[in-house]
Amino acid sequence: MTHFLETVFQSVFWSAVIKVVFVFALLLLTALILVWFERRVVAFMQNRVGPNRAGPFGILQTLADGLKLLFKEGIRPRKVEVGLYLAAPIMAMIPAFLIFLMVPIGAPIHIGETTVTLQGADLNIALLFVLAMSSIAVYAIVLAGWASGSKYPLLGGIRATAQMISYEAAMGLALVPVVVFASSQIAGGSLGVGTMSFSRIVALQAGSFRGPVPGWFVFSLLPSFVIFFTAAIAETNRAPFDLVEAESEIVGGYHTEYSGFRFAIFFLAEYINMFNLSAIAVTLFFGGWLGPGADLPYVGWLVPIFWFLLKTYALLFLFVWIRATLPRLRYDQLMTLGWKWLIPLSLAWLVVFVLLQGVRVFGMPWS
Amino acid sequence: MTSYLQDYITVAVFAAAGFLLVAAAVGLSALLRPRNPSATKSQTYECGIDPVGSGFSQTHVRYYIFALLFLIFDVEAVFIFPWAVRLESLGGFALVEMAIFIAILLAGLVYAIRKGVLQWES
Repeated sequence: MTHFLETVFQSVFWSAVIKVVFVFALLLLTALILVWFERRVVAFMQNRVGPNRAGPFGILQTLADGLKLLFKEGIRPRKVEVGLYLAAPIMAMIPAFLIFLMVPIGAPIHIGETTVTLQGADLNIALLFVLAMSSIAVYAIVLAGWASGSKYPLLGGIRATAQMISYEAAMGLALVPVVVFASSQIAGGSLGVGTMSFSRIVALQAGSFRGPVPGWFVFSLLPSFVIFFTAAIAETNRAPFDLVEAESEIVGGYHTEYSGFRFAIFFLAEYINMFNLSAIAVTLFFGGWLGPGADLPYVGWLVPIFWFLLKTYALLFLFVWIRATLPRLRYDQLMTLGWKWLIPLSLAWLVVFVLLQGVRVFGMPWS
Repeated sequence: MTSYLQDYITVAVFAAAGFLLVAAAVGLSALLRPRNPSATKSQTYECGIDPVGSGFSQTHVRYYIFALLFLIFDVEAVFIFPWAVRLESLGGFALVEMAIFIAILLAGLVYAIRKGVLQWES
């Protein structure tokens, strides 16, 4: 058995196929649970019960909704640009899948002589890849809005584009100190060759910050995390930044003209993106899958996955909590927050952090 | 084959599989769902009244300025990330140089704000 598994994982093709199947299963399962999780948590925060009929605690509610949407008529209005209209949901989903591919969800597993990383692909530029993919996700939304040939989707699509590109700039800038810090952690802070690989960034957080406090980057880079998380909420178009689908103003936003399963795909992509960004925040700032208990016998390989999911769901809870608490911003407030606060703030934090880092490494300019 | 290439192959396989999965799901739904279009149903949505004018309209020029500004800050990231990775081996010179670069960018942002292009209410 061990030998068979070893042979399988040594083959490039088959290990890729297994990873693809595994990641898809995990993502779809996560999306199903996440939708239910959000509805339940928001319900409790609003003193309601929430979905509790389908399955134990209503956990199968999303599956039931998905099946229902599968059987619903997909109405395609006469005025749509057919090609782009049909392509947009697919274009929304693929970047969401690809971003998750970068996230390490557990410690590498050793089967015989072969080591299997619990990560779709360990690119050395994972961080840039994630930023690039989240840029591509904007295309799906602007094209969906434009191809619908209708007023509300067009407004929603344009709004979404302006919002997402604004906060993406802040998000990218907030991540630069992470790269600088990670590079300085390598080789004890002297002439390090830096890294943007997620698996290495996780490994660098293994030590201890002070005493029993783990060496998670969030303790050194708290401003980066705050800016990143704020931008992440805006990137996923979640409340209080959900002007993209502000029902009271522009109906459903870019997916007004989508119905049936094509709508379900946009919906799933949004939730997968939410999970992705939480997972990336966990990887970069909260030590990823690191946690005690990874050396237990037999279940040792499951423990890191448990820690990863626990941390990710803690952040997702924060997402939901913010949604239940804060009212929607006005459009000018949204843009003011993005351009006049977050971007200058992230630039200032970058300058301060890098100067401190420079002083630490090179000494004072006059010494 | 190097693991470097192997990772990109995984990414490519994954993109293709993602495309197939979504296309298959939509295709399956197309087989299962009823199909019963009518003239009223295939009208563009406009709060229940007959749609007026064209759905494709011009966009406010403000968005164009945001796009321009975004372009500057995104291209900047292309410069900053490689620098961030190699900061310590590049030495103090690169540090000062990047400080100047960021100062110029900030000056641009301040100029845009002072010009009022980021102003929404007039």
